[in-house]
Amino acid sequence: MALRFEVLGRFNRARAAQLTLPHFACQTPLFMPVGTQGIFYTQWHFAYIFQVSLLHLADITEKGVTFQSPVDGKPMLLTPEESIQIQNRIGADIIMALDDVVRTTITGPRIEEAMYRTLRWVDRCIAAHKRPHEQNLFGIVQGGLDPVLRYAIGGLAGGEDKDSFWRVVAQCTAALPEDKPRYVMGVGYPLDIVVCSALGADMYDCVYPTRTARFGTALVPEGVLKLKHNAMVNDTRPIDPTCACMVCKNYTRAYIHCLVTKDAMGSQLLSYHNLYYMLQLSRNLHSSIVEGRFVCDFLQKMFPKGDVPEWVCNAMDVAGIDISSCCSS
Amino acid sequence: MKFAVKALSSGKARAGVVHLGSCPSSIETPCLLLSTRKGLPIFISPDLLSSLPSPDSNLLQFSPLHLEGASSTLVSSGREVSKRCVNIGQEARWGDTTPNFDSSEGPSPKTISSIGGLHQMVGLHEYGFAAVARDSIQCLPECGSTNKTGASFETPCGRRLIKPVEYMEMITSMKPNLWATLADEVPAWANNKRNKTSVDRTVKWLDECIARSPAGGAVFGSIVGGSNIEERKRCAQEVAVRNVSGYWIGGFGLGESMEERPSLLNAVTDNLPKDWPRMICGLGLPEEVLQGVAAGVDLFDSAYIYHLTIGGFALTFPLDRTEKIDYNYQLSDQGSDRTKINLRATVYRKDATPIVEDCCCYTCQNHTKAYINHLLNVHEMLAQILLEIHNTHHYLGFFRSIREAIKEGCFEQFQKKFVQSRREHLAADVVSV
Repeated sequence: MALRFEVLGRFNRARAAQLTLPHFACQTPLFMPVGTQGIFYTQWHFAYIFQVSLLHLADITEKGVTFQSPVDGKPMLLTPEESIQIQNRIGADIIMALDDVVRTTITGPRIEEAMYRTLRWVDRCIAAHKRPHEQNLFGIVQGGLDPVLRYAIGGLAGGEDKDSFWRVVAQCTAALPEDKPRYVMGVGYPLDIVVCSALGADMYDCVYPTRTARFGTALVPEGVLKLKHNAMVNDTRPIDPTCACMVCKNYTRAYIHCLVTKDAMGSQLLSYHNLYYMLQLSRNLHSSIVEGRFVCDFLQKMFPKGDVPEWVCNAMDVAGIDISSCCSS
Repeated sequence: MKFAVKALSSGKARAGVVHLGSCPSSIETPCLLLSTRKGLPIFISPDLLSSLPSPDSNLLQFSPLHLEGASSTLVSSGREVSKRCVNIGQEARWGDTTPNFDSSEGPSPKTISSIGGLHQMVGLHEYGFAAVARDSIQCLPECGSTNKTGASFETPCGRRLIKPVEYMEMITSMKPNLWATLADEVPAWANNKRNKTSVDRTVKWLDECIARSPAGGAVFGSIVGGSNIEERKRCAQEVAVRNVSGYWIGGFGLGESMEERPSLLNAVTDNLPKDWPRMICGLGLPEEVLQGVAAGVDLFDSAYIYHLTIGGFALTFPLDRTEKIDYNYQLSDQGSDRTKINLRATVYRKDATPIVEDCCCYTCQNHTKAYINHLLNVHEMLAQILLEIHNTHHYLGFFRSIREAIKEGCFEQFQKKFVQSRREHLAADVVSV
């Protein structure tokens, strides 16, 4: 086993843990910045997770997935064995099994087909994995709950409604072994991460912080701040006065306003802040679980009028967390 | 600001030292001003800026026009409020059209003052800023629209006319360490009448700017004159009697040839006091910089690094001044001019070596040509960041070798040898192909 997962504190189903990987030690809940195409923020030190993100799924057979190469558009076949081979060479601390991915919104026999195929592919991935003592293989749960080496919950974060989304996460975390980390791929918005953590998930990744930064939106405790808005032209406050990042310590909303969507530097500074915000959120979630004061702080700042969405209330019910102090109704 | 000449080489090249209040160390000249957009480098993030050699990299160029505020007048209505020009790397993309309440105006001079000025606003407290209206990358003088009320520039957001009063309002709020007075620059082919007008106007605006000069910043008097030796001399003499701390030489890099440039430069510098610093805009290429140094110029801003970077090029020309060994022709040299490499070329796909073998810049210490080639192919901004770091580092090294040559009294030979070796490579390529 190439990782150690040690739970340091609990709050009902939520866990705060220490995750030790070959290149890195960290605490969960953990948000991992996404580096598509191999890009990682140059000043940050990461253990790397590698995922095959298939941009254009052309055809899925028992052999593997045929898709369009993002570089030259030619058709490429990726088999489970090959995907593991590539990941073994790259050397990431965590590697993903190749899954037959379908959206949870689809109904019919395709879901069952995908689930069984994913299980067969996971077995092929396990067999092909040449570095099990240095790299951790995560299996992906697709509509099924049979045990695999580690657990990633996939097929979500693709436009299904929030109510369905949290129920699937709740179902998975309830059925998966306690002693292994659960990674919900593609999640997401800060609120989604808080809810999933309450339900027992540990790791997350999403393009949202950096993508929204490129459009001039900053993440703040109250939700979002649109730096492009005219109101920012002469606002000399930092993006978030409670944030300790390099951007909030040095720059005003007014200055960032004149950069965003016009200059590369605007995207950089906002991405920096947004990623810092997500990592700070992870840190706060971890310590608030350990200290037994989970969730209410966050909801009160985001919904000062008490208008917490219904799906969040339902999810917290299932998670066994009392948020009545945050809700007006 | 304090400036002193420390050494002279044969001819008029000089090595000096400039000290600015905000910079902890003195900066040696001739030196390169790093290009900025709105006060920060175009790609290098503030936390990576400190990886560049210091104090060489502590002097930044800045144009007040980058922060188009309410003071400058919109001349052409080529801009709709709902459209925005997005410049990331070399791709210009139009942002989505959004309702009129979105904008990307710069903060007003009043806001900038309340923040505390330029240094505070961009979070670079220990750097020096030189403010000049013209910026060879994106604020280009448009002499056709310039008139007696103000100077016109083409900017990414349309044509802007800026009056001396407005310019000084911006300078006062920004508090740069040094700034050039507003100038009317004409291209080399301007007729004599227009050229003469530009000199008269520039001197007039100089007086108007000085009258509104804020306390604290060092004023550099602007000198123009196009490609007319007499006008250049006249302008220099006029400005030389004004109460300024240095001189900004404008109107170069606007169409004059390599051959005619030295005499035009000398016509200016021969008529300026030796003890004050001279700054120039528009001499970007190494050979052009050398011409400026030979004429006695001390401070240079250059668009060269920017154009290399967005083109995917990395500087590789040798910096050491020892005798060069026989160059072994390599496959990857095909088509290259030995001064730079084009990292988009497929030949670098698997090249796991740094851009320059013993370069100690962040890029060469951490990344390979193959990685940068990949970044360029997938259109990732990190390519430009890494290239701007390396190219800046390399060009600063070039300036360092210029200073060394001057201090050793052999600048003329340095210049000759440099220009000669570039031509030799071109000849060698012709033979080998």
